[in-house]
Amino acid sequence: MLVKEVKYSPLNVELIRKDFPILQRLVNNYPLIYFDNGATTQKPLQVIEAITHYYTHTNSNIHRGVHTLSRESTEAFELARKTIAAHFNIKNDQQLIFTSGTTDSINIIANGLSRSILKDGDEIILSAYEHHSNILAWQLWAEQHNGKLKVIPLKEDHSLDYDALKNLVTAKTKVIAITHVSNTLGLVTDLEKVKKVAEKHNCILVVDGAQSAPHMKVDLEKLNVDFFVCSAHKIYGPTGTGILYMNKKWLNDLPITKPGGGTIKTVSFEKTEYAEGALRFEAGTPNIEAVIGFAAAINYINRFGMEAIHKHELDLVNYAQYKLSGIPEVIVYGQNPDKAAVISFNVKNAHPFDVGTLLDKYGIAVRTGHHCTQPLMSILCVPGTVRISFALYNTKQEIDFFIEKLKKVITMLM
Amino acid sequence: MSIKEIENEIIEEFEIFGEDWEGKYEHLIDLGKSLPLIKEESKTEDKLIQGCQSRVWLNSEKKDDKIFFSADSDAIITKGMVALMIRVLSGQPAKEIIDSKLEFINKIGLKEHLSPTRANGLVSMINRMKMDAIKLI
Ligand SMILES: Cc1ncc(COP(=O)(O)O)c(C=O)c1O
Repeated sequence: MLVKEVKYSPLNVELIRKDFPILQRLVNNYPLIYFDNGATTQKPLQVIEAITHYYTHTNSNIHRGVHTLSRESTEAFELARKTIAAHFNIKNDQQLIFTSGTTDSINIIANGLSRSILKDGDEIILSAYEHHSNILAWQLWAEQHNGKLKVIPLKEDHSLDYDALKNLVTAKTKVIAITHVSNTLGLVTDLEKVKKVAEKHNCILVVDGAQSAPHMKVDLEKLNVDFFVCSAHKIYGPTGTGILYMNKKWLNDLPITKPGGGTIKTVSFEKTEYAEGALRFEAGTPNIEAVIGFAAAINYINRFGMEAIHKHELDLVNYAQYKLSGIPEVIVYGQNPDKAAVISFNVKNAHPFDVGTLLDKYGIAVRTGHHCTQPLMSILCVPGTVRISFALYNTKQEIDFFIEKLKKVITMLM
Repeated sequence: MSIKEIENEIIEEFEIFGEDWEGKYEHLIDLGKSLPLIKEESKTEDKLIQGCQSRVWLNSEKKDDKIFFSADSDAIITKGMVALMIRVLSGQPAKEIIDSKLEFINKIGLKEHLSPTRANGLVSMINRMKMDAIKLI
């Protein structure tokens, strides 16, 4: 059984749901049940209002102006940096760089390392359940530099085979780039185990936290990895922004690959002197409203605390897995009990696309397909899966309705 | 029968479901199940239309100035939609196929399946049917 004990969930979900106007919507004449939070979460009024407030009161470009609005928007932007840094327990907020999201962050890291540490013929280790975003940037480098990508395989229960990892590392392994939580299976990577290997062999550890940051407390001071990245839009914030945390040892050592306005101290045609700290990586006008909205999202979730959110979601995962296990036609992937708020499954002899299409007719939003993890789909030997993923506003009643309709869908398809 | 006549026949056939979308989808699934499959050996790479999620194979042939289609899909709802397209377009003159607007899809309330998400490959399939018709005449 896939059950982990969770005592109770102290969230007042009924009240929380009132903060998310979209949850009042009808979809195909049914109340919306939003189980696609792994793709992006819905936004609370607090975030929507922060963005509206920014545009109605403060809008101005940041960092360079002397006028009042520019000063105020710079202050709001830098306060957002402090708020988000504190949330992830990043001691020096200059270690937190705003990017356009997880994908952008990974590209900045991979490109930077390719200009410094990575040499022709080097190796990079990834896991079998990586999102394409954490494969492609490394693969592009490998193709151009005769490099090699090595893959940590999965065990029977689809958790990572950490013993195999030890055997994959060689003197040429420079980077281990790994997802903290699998976006497809929901399985949580044991970062302490990976870190041990990385430290022993002096590998740079890059953590894709796109799916962990929304669901659990992430303490980056304690975690002490080289890089950690995530997207705001999966944590109740706006699209188009995310973070790149770098360990302080990288702050002046990661070569910049995206120069531009904002990243400099002085420029002449002969020589440019770049800024120090986070600004050196933030080329061009950033997504100011999204950064401010992201901070509003962080303040919002901190009203409840990540522990409470984690407990609530784990409670939902266990409940849903228990209910799914009662349907004989359903196969759940990722049997290891250490899971975050994501469940992938299939209905025997049915295409996930059909299941998702029919559930949508009942107002239930699920994601179907390969979830940007095609290599994992090949390993599981399926064209795709149906994925349900939860957030703090989901309820057991929604799961009950989903299970009832899933049973109906199965009879329709058989 | 002409394309228009077949379209009207299908519209009538779906009218009985009214607001009962479950009945409509059950019918669509049945149509998918009854679609004559294209032969396994015909499911070659050049016949494949890759949607993001479901895949469609389309085989086009010309006989006596008419174009005949057979097709398959790995998803049953897509296959039901494919069955409808084939019923309307297969055995028609190429020119009629190229000019067809396929308005019946909207009228029977299934136009969401032609959305630009590319998930099911149906839009590409219709384009391919028309392209094949152009090539074969
Ligand atoms: C594990 C993981 N990595 C990376 C990404 C890419 O995130 P974004 O599209 O916000 O850059 C996602 C989003 O789906 C993800 O789940």
